[in-house]
Amino acid sequence: MNTLILRTVAPPITALMLVFSVFVLLRGHNEPGGGFIGGLIAASALAIYGIAYGVSAVRRAIRFHPMSIAGFGLLLSTLSGFVSLFAGVPFMTGLWIYPSFFGVEVPLATVISFDIGVYFVVVGSIASIALALEERETD
Amino acid sequence: MAAPTTAPIDLSAAMVTAPTALADWLVIAPMGLMIALGAALMMVRHKLWLHGWIAIPGLVALVLLDALLLYRVAVHGPFTMTAGRWLPPFGISFTADLLGALLAFASGLVALAAGIYGLRDINDTGRRYGFYPFLLLMMAGVTGAFLTGDIFNLYVWFEVLLISSFGLLILGSEREQIDGALKYAVLNLLGTTLFLIAVGYLYAIFGTLNMAQVASLAGEQREGAPLITLSALFILAFAMKAAAFPVNFWLPASYHTPRIVVAALFGGLLTKVGVYALMRVMVMLFPLEREELSLVLAVIAALTMLLGALGALAQSDLRRMAGFAVIAGIGNVIAGVAIGGATGVGGAILYAMHSIVVMTALYLLIGEAARIGGSWSLQTLGGLYREAPWIAAGAFVIFFATAGLPPFSGLWPKIMLLKAALDVGAWWLSAALLVSALILTLALGRVFLLAFWRPQLAGAAVGAPIAPNSWQRSTPIAGLVAVIVVFGLFPDAPVRLAQAAASSLADPAAYIQSVFPAGGAE
Repeated sequence: MNTLILRTVAPPITALMLVFSVFVLLRGHNEPGGGFIGGLIAASALAIYGIAYGVSAVRRAIRFHPMSIAGFGLLLSTLSGFVSLFAGVPFMTGLWIYPSFFGVEVPLATVISFDIGVYFVVVGSIASIALALEERETD
Repeated sequence: MAAPTTAPIDLSAAMVTAPTALADWLVIAPMGLMIALGAALMMVRHKLWLHGWIAIPGLVALVLLDALLLYRVAVHGPFTMTAGRWLPPFGISFTADLLGALLAFASGLVALAAGIYGLRDINDTGRRYGFYPFLLLMMAGVTGAFLTGDIFNLYVWFEVLLISSFGLLILGSEREQIDGALKYAVLNLLGTTLFLIAVGYLYAIFGTLNMAQVASLAGEQREGAPLITLSALFILAFAMKAAAFPVNFWLPASYHTPRIVVAALFGGLLTKVGVYALMRVMVMLFPLEREELSLVLAVIAALTMLLGALGALAQSDLRRMAGFAVIAGIGNVIAGVAIGGATGVGGAILYAMHSIVVMTALYLLIGEAARIGGSWSLQTLGGLYREAPWIAAGAFVIFFATAGLPPFSGLWPKIMLLKAALDVGAWWLSAALLVSALILTLALGRVFLLAFWRPQLAGAAVGAPIAPNSWQRSTPIAGLVAVIVVFGLFPDAPVRLAQAAASSLADPAAYIQSVFPAGGAE
């Protein structure tokens, strides 16, 4: 879609949506949000960019094939489940560490890495579908 | 928030507090391994040379894990791991019992065989479409279905294997494949939806999805609960999955379209997941309802095996013939479920294991026959005996085993089923078992006669020069044939294990005990 308006606003909208998707992802641990919805937002950001600039621009921008991104997410989520192997507790038990960065305590958990994995699975698979559909249309 | 609280909380009311033994991880490890490797393969999808190097060791590891799991279950009885440390029924339990472990082991074996065969059979395009990632993810689904202890989770694993199987089915996106996949997809999605509705119904009745808890509650809540309706829904849903008689038409309509190694996997595994779920639900959860519906099940079983055998006799395309042979086998398994008792269900379990191995071997073998003979059709095939004597020998073993003739693996489950049928006085069911075996023998004998013994037809095109035989093609078939022969000659251990699996399925005290060690399900 070659309109000047969309081409002008697409980059800021895409950037904003990507930042917002990360916000939703991280917020999701204690409040509404999470990896799935965050991933959907990020995938729509990529789709908008694809509508404005074409699919190959998106493929260049994300560097990896969307399916590889999904694979990475799936791997990350699976491995998060297996961290509890080393703590002597069952599969997928949430494990926390509290490192402090510059005096600020940051709680980190296998729950979060699992959710980040979900985020990547959703981004990868939905973006892969969306890009395939857009590609067909521009051919 | 996760900030440390000051007041101590009694976690033992909500969480598993006993430390988890390393051996308990065996029930999770097969699925974890398959998903992780499948994900890794997705990441390196375009580095085709890596696929075999990741997938084959992964499948070997799967077989080893399944073997360890089977050993542990056979020696120490069922065991459970509940995800996230939450006490069941709130956490999702994975429970390995003998039935699940036996079938998981058998399916691990055939997945390895198919993986090795696929090294040659799947070309670069197929790999780029993702044969190996789909294979591993499908194995995660199959194994997960066998090992889960939660009925909704069973549904989820069904979906996992179904979606991966869609991918495998349309490897290469040919027109014929899409056509087959559509029939396959529609009926399987319908079956899965029915299953989901039944699960919702079950949850409304019992307020739990944990199978151990449902099994212990079913006795008390039988009064006033519409369990026959529920059971009928489950039977219909699983019969669709298993391709039993009135809802079997999708199988021969779709299994001849994909690559032969994919058809081998499907014929070996997918329908068996359906009958496994049927056994789990009808024998373990609702034994009295199974008793009530046993006549219906028996009629379905008899019609399924007769239709399968007749269909096999009627086909001239080798792949369609094998598809009907799969259906005939499903009839046998359902017959065992219908008869019930340790011998009947034991026979069904043994038949399911035998069928997993033999059907995969059968498909791989006809793949070889068609590759050497240059055609799928019995009308043009011929002279294979002279062309490839070893394949002919393998065909002899596999055909005998499929038809249930001695001395191979098909004999023993058939004897158990016959004995069980005669014991309960269902003479017509035993007659159906025998007649179906006879027709299947005729059908397979016809294949042997025409494709192997008949001299090569004069006008037959020699076809493309045959690729030299390679170990990737011959080892899987040889390995599966070896399993069939050993299983046929030394049936003691499998028969004993299958009977033990059947009796622990009929009396799931140990299963429930492993999920709720304190004995209180409430």
